[in-house]
Amino acid sequence: MNYQLKLKWAIAAIVIVAVAASTGCKKKASDPFPATNAIAGWQKTSETRVFAAKDLWQYIDGDAEHYISAGVVTTSTSDYKYHGQLEATVDVYTMGDQAGARKILDGEQNNDAKTIQLGDAGVALAQSIIFRKGTALVRIVAYESAPDAQQALVALASGVEAKL
Amino acid sequence: MSSRRDFLKDAATGALVLGAQSKLGLAAMLDKKAEVSKSKVVVARDAALHGGDGKLDDKRVQALLDRAIATYTGHDKPVDAWKSIVPVGKVIGLKVNGLGGKGISTHPELVMAVCERLQQAGVKPGEIIVWERDARSLAACGLTVSTDPNRIRIYGNDVAGYEDEGVAFGSVANVKLAKILTRECAMVINLPILKDHELAGVTFSMKNMYGVVAKPNELHAGGCNPSVADLNCIPAIREKVRFTIGDAMSSVYNGGPGFHPEHLWQPNALIVGQDRVAVDHTAWQMIERKRAEVGMPTLEAANRPPRYIATAADQTHNLGVNDPQRIHLMEV
Repeated sequence: MNYQLKLKWAIAAIVIVAVAASTGCKKKASDPFPATNAIAGWQKTSETRVFAAKDLWQYIDGDAEHYISAGVVTTSTSDYKYHGQLEATVDVYTMGDQAGARKILDGEQNNDAKTIQLGDAGVALAQSIIFRKGTALVRIVAYESAPDAQQALVALASGVEAKL
Repeated sequence: MSSRRDFLKDAATGALVLGAQSKLGLAAMLDKKAEVSKSKVVVARDAALHGGDGKLDDKRVQALLDRAIATYTGHDKPVDAWKSIVPVGKVIGLKVNGLGGKGISTHPELVMAVCERLQQAGVKPGEIIVWERDARSLAACGLTVSTDPNRIRIYGNDVAGYEDEGVAFGSVANVKLAKILTRECAMVINLPILKDHELAGVTFSMKNMYGVVAKPNELHAGGCNPSVADLNCIPAIREKVRFTIGDAMSSVYNGGPGFHPEHLWQPNALIVGQDRVAVDHTAWQMIERKRAEVGMPTLEAANRPPRYIATAADQTHNLGVNDPQRIHLMEV
C-alpha cells in the first residue's frame, strides 16, 4: 500500500512536471518577443508572424534556401521601434539543431563584426545583432544608422535572449 | 560610352525610342540602324542625392530622373520625353521591389517622381498602378495600399490575384502570372532595386519579374538560371515590360537579397534602358566594381555569377545584349 501510494505520487509528479515543462516550452517557443516597453524605449509595432520552413520564401524569398539548408524549422518575426524613431526587425529562426544555428552565425562573420556576450555566441555590427542560443538563431536589424543604435539593439537583443 | 551632348546630337536625328505610339516610333528607329544596333543604357548619378541625415532629397531624385530620361530619349522637356515613352489612354504598371524590407526596397521618392511625370505626360492617376507581391512588400517601399480608381492605384497580387491557368517557357513550367500584369496593364515600367543575390548573383531588372508569379521560390534552381531568362520570355512579360528605371540609389553588394546594413552602399544612381539584358549587365558590373573596391571576391569567385544574363542574351531567348561592345552606355 505504501509502495502504491509512493508510485501514484511519483506518477503525479512526473505528469505535473511534464505538463509544466510542455506549457513552459510552448510559451517560450511562441513568444520570444519582448512586449512594448519591456525593454526601455522599445515599442513592438507589429504582430508576430510565424513561417514554417516550406513557407519561408513568403518572408525572405531568395534568402530562404540559406536557412533551409541549415535546417530551419520555423521563423518568427516582429517589428520594433525605438523611441518612436529607429525602426528594427527581430527575426528568430528556430533550427533543427544547434549546428544549424552555428552554421548561420559563422556565415555572418566579417571584419567589422564585434563579438558580444549574448546567448551561446553572438556578433554585433553598427546596425545589427546576430546571436544564437541553443537551436535559436536571432537576427536583429535596424533600418537606419543612429549614434545610439547599437546600444539600443544590444538591449533589445538581451530582452529576446532572456525569453528564449 | 558617350556624353549626354553626343547623345542629344544623335537623338536629334531621330534615333530613339519606345512604344508604337511614339512620335519618333519604330520607323525613325529603323532609320538609324547603326545606333539601334547598340542598346542604350543611361546611368545617371548625383553624389548629393542623400542629404546629411542620410535621407533622399526628393527634389534631387526628380531632377536625376529627368536627367536620365532626357538623356535616354533626347527630349530635354520631361513632358516630351515621357510622351515618347508611354502610350496615352492606357494603364501603366510600375513594378517596384519591396522584398528586401524597409532598408533595401525601391524608394518611394522615385516612384512618386515617375508618377508625377506620367501624369504630366497625360496619364490619368487611375491609369497608374504601382504594384508588388503584397501589401507588406509595398509597405517596405513606403507605399500604402489604395484601390480608389480615381487616384493612383497601389496594390499587390494579394489583392488582384493570379491567373488560374499556368504558362510556360523553357524551364519555367506552369507559372501563374499576376492578373495586374495580364489583365490590367498595357505597359509596365520596371522599377527594381539593385542588390546582390545569394542565389542569382545579382537581382535587378529581369529578376524583378519573380514578383509577377505566384510561386517564385520554384524558380531558384541552378542560380536562377535559366529560369530568369525563361520567365522574361513569357509573352506577357516580354511584351508588356518595356522599360526599366532601375533604382541604384542604395544597394547591397553582398548578403542580398535581404537587408544587410553592413553591406549597404549608395551608388546614388539610376540605371535606365529598354534592353533589360543590357541594363542588368550594367548593374552587375556596378556591383562587381563595389565588391572589388572593398576587397571582396568577384561573384564568379563567390560561385554565384549571374549566368542568367548571358542566357537571356543567347539566340534562344534573344531578350537583349550583354556584350559591352554592343551596349551604348551613357553616364551622366
